[in-house]
Amino acid sequence: MLIKFDNVQIGYVNKVICNNINLEIEDGDYITVFGENGSGKTTFLKTLVGIIPELKGKIIYDKSIDTKSIGYLPQSINVRSDFPASAFEIVLSGCIKRLKFRPFYTKKEKDFAKEVMQIFNISRLAGRPFRELSGGQQQRVLLARAYCSMKKILVLDEPFTGLDPYSVKQLILTLDELNKQGITIIIVSHLVSAALECSKKIVKISKDETFVGTPEEYKRKEEEEYAAVRNDIE
Amino acid sequence: MLLLEMILNNFDKLIYPLAVGCLLSLTASLLGVVLVLKRYSMIGDGLSHVTFGVFAITLGLEFIDPDLSVFVVIPIVIVAAYFLLRLGESQRIKGDAAIGLISSAFLAIGYLVGSQTGFTRDIQSYMFGSIAFAGADQLMIIAPIAVIVVVSFIFLYNRIFAVTFDENFAKAIGINTRLYNMIFACFTAVVIVVGIKIMGSLLISSIIILPALSAMQVFTKFKKVMIASALMSVGCFVLAFFLFINYSSGASVVIVNLICFVICAIIGAIRKKLAR
Repeated sequence: MLIKFDNVQIGYVNKVICNNINLEIEDGDYITVFGENGSGKTTFLKTLVGIIPELKGKIIYDKSIDTKSIGYLPQSINVRSDFPASAFEIVLSGCIKRLKFRPFYTKKEKDFAKEVMQIFNISRLAGRPFRELSGGQQQRVLLARAYCSMKKILVLDEPFTGLDPYSVKQLILTLDELNKQGITIIIVSHLVSAALECSKKIVKISKDETFVGTPEEYKRKEEEEYAAVRNDIE
Repeated sequence: MLLLEMILNNFDKLIYPLAVGCLLSLTASLLGVVLVLKRYSMIGDGLSHVTFGVFAITLGLEFIDPDLSVFVVIPIVIVAAYFLLRLGESQRIKGDAAIGLISSAFLAIGYLVGSQTGFTRDIQSYMFGSIAFAGADQLMIIAPIAVIVVVSFIFLYNRIFAVTFDENFAKAIGINTRLYNMIFACFTAVVIVVGIKIMGSLLISSIIILPALSAMQVFTKFKKVMIASALMSVGCFVLAFFLFINYSSGASVVIVNLICFVICAIIGAIRKKLAR
């Protein structure tokens, strides 16, 4: 087990967003997080990667990792669309923790960043300005940056937003491949059918109770709820 | 020839304004790249109004020697910078509205207190700037700040890049982004307080914003934008200093910077077309 949520309450200082989250994240998991808009998916991820503290309860991390070694791909709204930087510079900025107290990158970090770009099939974009890349290419660059900064776990916040269907498919395949290599993936997504197919666990966030289960269990729950709503109407 | 003669004859009088102006342009343009990219450029504008207000109050109430007022104003403006940043982070009042609120409040209070006690002698120079005010004491403040800013931008370059590009990511991998933001705000505050007499409170934010914008039109790499912004800013200042020696220094620096921006925008547009 890598990470355990023990009765965790998340939110901001003066606003509780979700109560009683209980969840265990295993090594090699593929977890998709669902939830309505404003239900707290992004807050959940921010708490998981340590940007904001949990309000109550405890998140227990395995000794082999800490919050800083989780690769994080934030929601794309936060990325500066006019930022002057090449794709390579951005991937390299994922290596910043490897600097420790040194001011500059050495050949070792630069070679590592180049290797990672090869893994994500974006080597040919290295010198191109980030702001001139397509949405799909930008997302792969940011994913490569997250990969540079991680040990074992990748956390992605709605990586498919604004991508064309082909880029979405490519990204899903890449994530699948990474998961097969043993990397734990936690992703917020609205693509239900793709998520049910790839994921090992589904988490559905809502204010008072959070559902955790396999894709089959999630499907059954949704069908039951749907039937109940229909009965009410009829 | 007349101009050259005038410059040579007054060299010892010109050396302080020139040195202060160059260091100010250099520091402001480096900070400007970060502020513009972080969407904080209006903080510079807000702070300049706060500075005007606080200066007017300290001078108007005459409880302190005008020469020492800088040392009172700097801490107050740093505190204001801190609150502007925190307001920007809060959800309830959006950053731009907060800046509008604070800057007009300080401008109004400053003007009222100032005009009650009759400080009209200086008002134009505080509004639009006058290079004649730059002296040894200004140089004493701006020189160390310029050294600190340049050195830290060189040695913290990679970290500043990460914080500026994506604050959430930087936070997630354990960089203290709030500390960086505070440091940027402090330096900006000092630059504005020192620069306000030369550039004027209405124009000072332009030397923070314009060089960065010009550089971003032409260059697509962070490091090049930084270097170009610094060079253009100092170049524009020197040019404005000698060409418009008899005019308001603030307005002439802005005009030269604007011309530089237009040239850069045209180069950028041509480049984009050629790339296609």
